Amino acid sequence: MNLSSLNWNSLLPELVIVATSLIVLITAVVGKVSRVDRIARGHALAVVTLIGLLIAAGLTIMQLSQPASDFMGMVQSDALSHYLNLVILLAAALAVLLAWDYLGRFTYSFSEFYSLLLLAVAGMMFLGKSTELITLFVSLEILSISLYILTGFNRHQLASAEASLKYFLLGAFASGFIVYGAALLYGDTGSTWFSDIAANASGGFLTLAGFALLLVGFAFKIAAVPFHMWTPDAYQGAPTPVTAFMSVGTKAAALVALFRVLQSAVSAPYETWAWALAILSLLTMTVGNVAALRQTSIKRLLAYSSIAQAGYMLIGLVAGTVLGLQAMLFYLFAYAFMNIGAFACASLLESDDWSELQDASMANARGLFSRQPLLATALAIFMFSLAGIPPLAGFFGKLYLFDAAIDAGWLWLALVAVINSVISAYYYMRVVVVMFMEAPDESTRVRLPIPDSAILAIVIAVLGALLLGILAGPSFASLGQAVVAWRF
Amino acid sequence: MALLLFLALALVALLAAVGMVTSRNAVHSALFMLVNFAVYAIFYIMLNAQFLGVVQVIVYAGAIVVLFLFVVMLIGGEIGAVRSSLRRYTYAAALILGALFVAMIGLGIAQTISTDQTVAGAPAAGGVEAIGMALFTTYLLPFELASLLLLAGMVGGVARRYKALDED
Amino acid sequence: MVLDYLPLLILFIIAAGFAAIAIILPTVLGPRNPNKMKQEPIESGMIPFMQAWRRFPVQYYMVAMLFIIFDIEVIFFYPWAVVLGKLKLFGLIEMAIFLGILLIGYFYVWRKGAFEWQ
Repeated sequence: MNLSSLNWNSLLPELVIVATSLIVLITAVVGKVSRVDRIARGHALAVVTLIGLLIAAGLTIMQLSQPASDFMGMVQSDALSHYLNLVILLAAALAVLLAWDYLGRFTYSFSEFYSLLLLAVAGMMFLGKSTELITLFVSLEILSISLYILTGFNRHQLASAEASLKYFLLGAFASGFIVYGAALLYGDTGSTWFSDIAANASGGFLTLAGFALLLVGFAFKIAAVPFHMWTPDAYQGAPTPVTAFMSVGTKAAALVALFRVLQSAVSAPYETWAWALAILSLLTMTVGNVAALRQTSIKRLLAYSSIAQAGYMLIGLVAGTVLGLQAMLFYLFAYAFMNIGAFACASLLESDDWSELQDASMANARGLFSRQPLLATALAIFMFSLAGIPPLAGFFGKLYLFDAAIDAGWLWLALVAVINSVISAYYYMRVVVVMFMEAPDESTRVRLPIPDSAILAIVIAVLGALLLGILAGPSFASLGQAVVAWRF
Repeated sequence: MALLLFLALALVALLAAVGMVTSRNAVHSALFMLVNFAVYAIFYIMLNAQFLGVVQVIVYAGAIVVLFLFVVMLIGGEIGAVRSSLRRYTYAAALILGALFVAMIGLGIAQTISTDQTVAGAPAAGGVEAIGMALFTTYLLPFELASLLLLAGMVGGVARRYKALDED
Repeated sequence: MVLDYLPLLILFIIAAGFAAIAIILPTVLGPRNPNKMKQEPIESGMIPFMQAWRRFPVQYYMVAMLFIIFDIEVIFFYPWAVVLGKLKLFGLIEMAIFLGILLIGYFYVWRKGAFEWQ
C-alpha cells in the first residue's frame, strides 16, 4: 500500500474544496482586523470561496471526458457524480453571491460561514460519489452537521436558532435510520460495498428492512412527505442564502446517492422499490403543493414549493431508466437556477430589522412592479419557470421527467404530476399577480439599494433559466450521452 | 454457556433501554443508558470485537453519558420530571408500529440464520490490529473524512457560542 | 473465548460483593435511633440553606463538547499505533493528514478563546 497507488485524480475537485475550506477557516484567527476592515475581509473571503468553487468546477469539467474511475472502491467518479458536482458548485457559488452582502448585516463570523459552507459542499460531493455505506454515511453527516450550524447562524434571531434545533433533532433521528439500515444490510451480506450487497443480499426481510430504513433516511434529507415536517420551519428560519443553497444542494446529492443505493445495491427487482418511490413522489408533490396554496410568506411558500419539486424529481428515480436519470439531472440544473433565483429575490424583500423574523411576506411584494420593474420581472420569470411555463427551463425539466415516467410505464404518476403542476400554478401566479396587478402601499418593502452581488446572482439565474429552456434539446442530449456511459 | 450469558445480559440491556425511555427523571434516563452501553461493551467482547468493547466503554459510557449528564445539569435539575404531551393514540400507534418493526427484523434475522450460518463475513479477530489494518488501508477514505466531520462539529460548537475575536 | 474473561468477571463479583457487604453490614449491626438533626444532609456542621442540585455554569458545555471530540480523535490513535510498523510511511502520512485537519480546528478553537473560562 502506498500513496501513489491511489487514484487521487478522481478526488481532485473535492480536495480543492476541502483545502479552500481550511484556508478560509484559519483566517478567522490569524491577525487582527480593524472594525472598518471587517466587511472588506468578508468580501475577500467570499472571493477566495468563489475561486475555490470555480477551480473545483473547472477540474470537474476537465474530468467529464475521462472514463469513470474509483478510489479504492469507496467512491466512484463518473458522469453522474460530475454533473452532480456541477449542480452543487453552481448552487454554492450563487449562495456565496447572495451571502456577500446579506451576511454582513447580522454577523462578522465570515470565515466560519464560508468554511462551513465549503465543508457542506465537500460532504455533498462525496455523498454523490460514494459507493460504500460507511463513506456514504460519513459524508452525509459532514454535510448535515455543517448545515445544522449554518441554519442557526443568525444569532440575533430566535427563529433561526429554533430552525437549527428542529433541523438538528429530526436530522439526527433520520441519520439513525440510515445507520440502522446500513447495519442490517451489513448483517445480511457481510459487506458495506454496494456491489457486494447487490451480489450477496438474501432478498429476505433483512434486506427489505435495510433498504427501507435507508429509503426513510434519504426521504428525510430530500424533504419528501411524510418526512418533511422540519422543512418549512428550517427553510424559513435559516438565513436566506443558506436556505437557497441547502434546498438545492442537499436534494441533489441525496437524490443521486439514493439512486446509487437503489440501483447498484438492490437485489430485489427495481420495480419493488419503484412502487415505494412512486407513492413517496405522489405524496410529496400533492402535500407540498396543497400546503403551499395558503402561505402568506414568500419564503415559506418557496419552502413548500421545494417539497413539491422534490416530488417531481423523485419521478426520475421511479422510472429508473437512462431517460429518467437524464431528466432528473436536467431538472436539478433547472431547479438550481430557478429556485436560488427565487430565494435571491425573496431575500431582497425581507425587512431590515434583524430582531424580528426574517420574513419576505407577500405584502412586501405588493405592487413591486411599479417600484422595481426589473426585480419584479426576474421574480416573475422564476415563478413561471417553477410553475413550468414554456419556454423556461422548468417547463422542459418537467416535460422530460413526465416523458421518462410514461416511457417507463408510469402513466398514472405522470398524470398526477400534471394535475399537481396545475395546482402549483395557482400559488406561483398569486405572487406574480400581487407584484404586477396590485397597487403598492406602505407595506411594500424592498431593500435599497439592491446590492450588486445579488444583482449578479439574479442575472446568472435568469440567464440560466432562459438559456436552459431555449437550448433544452441540445443540453438534454449532451447529458444523455454522459449518462449512458454510466452502467446500464 | 455463552448463549445463557447473552440472554441474561440481553434482558438487562432491554430493561435498561425501557427504563431509559420511560423514566420521568432525566438523570435516571442517563444512568439507565449507561447500563445499556456497558452491557453492549460486554456484547462486543463476546463477539470477539475487543477493541470495540473498549471504545464503547471509553467513548459511549465515558464521554457521551457524561455529556448527557452535563446537559441535564446545565438545563437545571429543577425541571426534573418531564410530562409528556403525547396523546394516548400516539402511544398505541408507536406500540403497534414498533411491534411490526421488531417482527420484521426478527423474521429477517431468523431467515438469515436458517439459510446460511455465515452471517456476515465477520472478521476472524476484532482485535486492535485487525481493526487498525482495515481502518488504515481499506477504509482510508472514511477515516480521513471523519476528521472533516470532527472539524465541522468543532467549528460549529465554537462559532455558535463565541463571538468572533473582533466582534463586539 | 468468553472464558478468557472469567478472571475479570470474578474480580467484578468480588468488588461488587465487597461494596454490598460494606453497605449491608452497618445497617444490620449498627444501632439506630434517628432524630431530626441526624436526618439533615451533612454540610460539615453547617445548616443546609439551599438545594444541592442547581444549574451548572453554561461554560461546561464547551468543555464537554470539546472533550468528546478530542476523545474520539485519540481513539483513532490506538489502532494506528499498533499497525504503524506494518504501514510504515503510508500510515504516518495518513495520520498526518487526519491530525493536520484536526490541528487546524484545534488552533481555531484555541485562538477563539474556547479553552478560557469566560
